[in-house]
Amino acid sequence: MTAPLLRIEGLGKSFGDRAVFSGVDLEVARGDRIAIIGASGSGKSTLLRCINVLERADQGRVVLGGEPVGEEVRRGDRTETRYSEAALVRLRQRVGMVFQQFNLFPHMTVLGNVMEGLVTVKRMGRDAAARQALAELARVGLADKAEAYPAHLSGGQKQRVAIARALAMEPEVLLFDEPTSALDPALVGEVLDTIQALAGEGRTMLLVTHEIGFAYHMATRVLFLAEGGIYEQGTPDEVLKNPRRPLTQAFIAGHRRFSF
Amino acid sequence: MTYRWDFAPILDNWQALAFGAIGTVRLFLVCLVLGLSLGLLVALMRRSRHGVLRWLAIGFIELFRNTPVLVQILWFYFALPMLAPVEISPFGAAILGISLNSAAYSAEIYRAGIQSIEPGQWEAARAIGMTGLQVLRRIVLPQALRRVLPALTNRGIEIFKMTTLASVVAYVELLQQGKLVASLNFNPLEVYTVIGALFFLLLYPLVRATYALERRLARSDA
Repeated sequence: MTAPLLRIEGLGKSFGDRAVFSGVDLEVARGDRIAIIGASGSGKSTLLRCINVLERADQGRVVLGGEPVGEEVRRGDRTETRYSEAALVRLRQRVGMVFQQFNLFPHMTVLGNVMEGLVTVKRMGRDAAARQALAELARVGLADKAEAYPAHLSGGQKQRVAIARALAMEPEVLLFDEPTSALDPALVGEVLDTIQALAGEGRTMLLVTHEIGFAYHMATRVLFLAEGGIYEQGTPDEVLKNPRRPLTQAFIAGHRRFSF
Repeated sequence: MTYRWDFAPILDNWQALAFGAIGTVRLFLVCLVLGLSLGLLVALMRRSRHGVLRWLAIGFIELFRNTPVLVQILWFYFALPMLAPVEISPFGAAILGISLNSAAYSAEIYRAGIQSIEPGQWEAARAIGMTGLQVLRRIVLPQALRRVLPALTNRGIEIFKMTTLASVVAYVELLQQGKLVASLNFNPLEVYTVIGALFFLLLYPLVRATYALERRLARSDA
């Protein structure tokens, strides 16, 4: 058996007195597509953000490709994890992220946004970086917008540029944090199509979403977060069609109420 | 009242005023560069994770913001040489007073600009593997500087006019030379009118240039 690409061990996170989750274990194999669902405040986004250390977990650790991220140091009677800048830079090149609010760099063109990581982080020459960035833009269908500024794009286009920006770094894992939640309903489809195409390439991804139908079609595994942890998990059929535990059942029923 | 304006003595003394103008522009350029770059450094220190740097920055800002530049220039010129074995020229004292004061003010302008950048910009840049310094240099500062350009322009104008304070230590600048010309020819009305006009003529084109810069930077807007 090969080691999982990504392993989360006993991860816990609190904001002040409020524990968001604790003791979360998860193994992600290459090619897994994991949808993370749950009510607002159940810690879906926080869990995702702990994986690339935009948020620092209080307990537990993240192991990527067999190597723990960060360095565990004993301090008195407890261990804490320290992250060197170099370790974070390495981690984030291997784990890409797409945000709910796109977070494109408004002072750069679309091409500039996609090139930025290649030039600044990967130290690639500008010409080579521009060629690769254009190829990534072509993949999300926006090569013709290369010279436009983000302010001139629709929400759906912005999110596709953000996806191209993450892809350009050639990450092994892609994290999607509610990628369609900030979009006009008419624009959700084009972003989901783009993500679906990436799924078709066998990419490893974790997706926090409220699009239950999309999760059902796209995911290889579904996690339902509640009560400070992974409350129920399984295949999309198991969790979304035949949930076994009461909170999952109530959540799915709520989402189905207005389907037709 | 009929006053007969007579600009002839000023024309006769144009060389003295030209010297003054050169002195003003020289002091302005040095203080502009030093003040605005030191201000950025202090603003970054103020955001540092290290408490010592943070407190040094705050102490510096509060000290130089809450004392008059005129007092600072006099202090550097007359008092500092009594404390330390340094000889300081009028030019040096004026540079210290005006630059440090401007650094304190502009540090707060930079801080406001940096703080106004959405956390999502930092996160997106870090998420593609950029280091903190790279995020600052490539993502945050270019946007922050653009936002605070009007406030920095204000600072620059202020620095230009603060150069007149250097006359208190007899530094050769426009006002100092004007005073000289006026006292020799008993024509303060003409002289100070001309000095005022010269300041306007020197400053206004610079201000127009910053407007042009603002427009150029606005090309990414919708």
